Amino acid sequence: MKYLWKKIGTLIITLFIVSFLSFLAFSVIPGDAAQSKLGTEASEEQVKALQEEMGLNDPLLIRYGRWVVGFLQGDFGESYSYSVPVKEIVLNKIPIMVALVLLSFLWILVISIPVGIFLAQHSNRWFDYVIRVGNQVLMSIPSFFIGMIITLIFGLLLKWFTPGSYIPIEENFIGFLGYLIAPSIAMALPKSAMAIKILRSAILSQAGMDYVRTAYSRGNTKKQVLYRHIFRNAMIPTVTFWAMTLVDLVASSIIIEQVFSIPGMGSILITSISNRDYPVVQFIIVFIATIVIFVNFLVDLLYGKIDPRVHIRK
Amino acid sequence: MSLLEIKDLQIAFFQGEVTKHVVKELSFSISEGEIVGIVGESGSGKTQTALSILQLLRENAKIVGGSIFFCGNEISKYTEKEMQILRGKEIGIIFQEPMTALNPVHPIGKQIEESMKLHLKITKEERRKRALEVMRLVELPNPEELYGKYPHQLSGGMRQRVMIASALCMEPKLLIADEPTTALDVTVQAQIIELLKKINRVKKTSILFISHDLGVIHRLCDRVIVMNDGKKVEEGKVEEIFKSPKQEYTKKLLEAIPNRQVSLRRRRR
Amino acid sequence: MKKKNYNLIFGIGIVSILFLLFLIGIFYTPYDPDAMSGSEKLLAPSIKHFFGTDQFGRDVFSRVMKGIGTTFFIAISTVLLGSMIGIFLGALTGYFGGWLDEILMRVNDAIVAFPSVLLALIFISILGPGQNNIIFALAVAFIPSFSRMTRSEFLANRDMDYVKSARLMGVSHLRIILVHILPNAVPTLFSMMAIGFNNAILAEAGMSYLGIGVQPPQASLGRMLSESQIYLVRAPWVAIFPGLAIVLLALSFSLISEGINEQREA
Repeated sequence: MKYLWKKIGTLIITLFIVSFLSFLAFSVIPGDAAQSKLGTEASEEQVKALQEEMGLNDPLLIRYGRWVVGFLQGDFGESYSYSVPVKEIVLNKIPIMVALVLLSFLWILVISIPVGIFLAQHSNRWFDYVIRVGNQVLMSIPSFFIGMIITLIFGLLLKWFTPGSYIPIEENFIGFLGYLIAPSIAMALPKSAMAIKILRSAILSQAGMDYVRTAYSRGNTKKQVLYRHIFRNAMIPTVTFWAMTLVDLVASSIIIEQVFSIPGMGSILITSISNRDYPVVQFIIVFIATIVIFVNFLVDLLYGKIDPRVHIRK
Repeated sequence: MSLLEIKDLQIAFFQGEVTKHVVKELSFSISEGEIVGIVGESGSGKTQTALSILQLLRENAKIVGGSIFFCGNEISKYTEKEMQILRGKEIGIIFQEPMTALNPVHPIGKQIEESMKLHLKITKEERRKRALEVMRLVELPNPEELYGKYPHQLSGGMRQRVMIASALCMEPKLLIADEPTTALDVTVQAQIIELLKKINRVKKTSILFISHDLGVIHRLCDRVIVMNDGKKVEEGKVEEIFKSPKQEYTKKLLEAIPNRQVSLRRRRR
Repeated sequence: MKKKNYNLIFGIGIVSILFLLFLIGIFYTPYDPDAMSGSEKLLAPSIKHFFGTDQFGRDVFSRVMKGIGTTFFIAISTVLLGSMIGIFLGALTGYFGGWLDEILMRVNDAIVAFPSVLLALIFISILGPGQNNIIFALAVAFIPSFSRMTRSEFLANRDMDYVKSARLMGVSHLRIILVHILPNAVPTLFSMMAIGFNNAILAEAGMSYLGIGVQPPQASLGRMLSESQIYLVRAPWVAIFPGLAIVLLALSFSLISEGINEQREA
């Protein structure tokens, strides 16, 4: 219980720091919201009046407080470029990002768990070497390049799917998921290679532990030793890696959307960065950071379930 | 008939092209209810001998000659599957490091009763009941409370008691103890030795006790085998070897006991 | 019997070849990488143009040479800047501890909460695109891992007897930090730097692909990839060669990092 409270404390502190830094970062930019709203032709007086009206001259902490309260109430500000609430632009993009990330995470688990276990069981056989070399190469291919190769081979040459024919989620959910298969695999491949490597070496390093010998000495079979004893211990470093992977997938989803012309969070973010549409950028960043922090929080809790020693560690 | 009989046992390590013999034509036997000690420096092959009985040697080590009989069966010829039936049921083993020898992510109750889970078809409640009984036998305080605790929450001496309980829960005929007291401090060491004596007395369990410390062997064992460089140097009743060692090597080991006089006195009492 | 460290051999081998290409590229490229030619658009690889030409008739090989240079420059600057600051902060906080340590660790946690590409995107959106801003943004993203590692090394060492006796002998804090403790961390730091290069290469490629990295006319492998996308079927070489260059660059450093770890275990 103490562990839970401590983790909740860390969660709140991290959320505070992240939100404050995000706020601070965008409040130091020259040219503020009033200026952007009125355009460059507005007179100085007009800008000053609007600044006053929008409360832009208040002390930083007050503005931060107002921003946080607004944020919690679902008021994310207004887009400079489109003059509509940020909410309207971004909210319907969230499912796309979530679907892409989760689908790709699913691939990683489905690929890496069986392959990682298999390679650990047959370490130093010829296919172990082959897959390890292949893994090392695969890890170094950026997901967008894999995406382009998939587009070229499976999309343009074999015509298994039509690149650029994204189907909105509201239109046809199955079709939507169908279109996400190729991009999610492109994101998953390099990470799967890494996940295989981590799981394989985690299992192998556990296999040399004394408790494994104890397990054999009680009459366990090889399989029983692996699944009852080694696997859960090997999960400790693996889960940490999975959490990092989940976070990285969010970033690579931004890039992969461009490869497959998916009108998601990534394309909005990139457009807004080019247009200097700060409220939109700020929202997306705070949104992603919040998700990341919550993922880490949940992983910490999961950790406590897997490894009983975690409670006494600092 | 002796319970365990080892004849001309040879064990070798393989490292690339190099083969190194660590146990050379070792023979000895253990009778029912007997406590036999093997003493020797590290690298003398005593631990490999202990592990080879249960075929628990590392992948790079192998029995290359001789045979091991248990209850008249040549268990050194057993397949992995046949061996699994023997391990934990007929022969139990405890190791030097009670911290690392226990699985850190399982509660100790579960680890103590694992052999029962593997070898007996009894209900969970029955298993728990018997596990608590064994925990009482090895004098673990508050068994009910300890049952759900994890290894890291216990002291070194308690962990070793957990190991002993887990090795004993199927009431094996033979208990192999590979330096079980080395990692513990002196007072705890004495308690564990008393415990092993009690188990031998109450359950008639034969014990093969491996140690580098003749003093400890002296306090526990009936008979002792002195090993050096993979070979048996001397064998005999502990009392005799202590009083009149025949080999130079044994004498040296005896001199290495720091408080030999104390140990002798305690034995006499 | 010593096993050859193939990871290190291949890693350093590939890096050397690419680095040589980069060095040559500073003074000489077969063609002017920016020279367009209407008559030589999207030519397939040949003796004349090893890697073919792109949609403007520019020589892809020359552009890849320049692009490798850009990537090298950004990766090296990023890792150096990030590791220097990270090591400095980690040494300071690990050695002295206290409230400074607490604050920096919390900020570290907050920074780690962002994926590094995303963190870089924030900086780019504030500072604007461009080579220097990319370097700065990625360097900031790398600080936490270096400072964390250095900090733990210093935490582990600062109460050791050799440090205490050095203190008693009147050795200054600065000297203890630099001469006594830091060398212990060097192997780990080298391995981390190699991983840092790998990450920087992939991150730079990603950002340039998104069009918010290095700006034209400067050649960049990531941007070449994004520009080639519409000609993927007609002229796959325009995408494949810059792509392979990125893969080789990233691979070589991941091999080196692997090799360093192997060396350390041996």
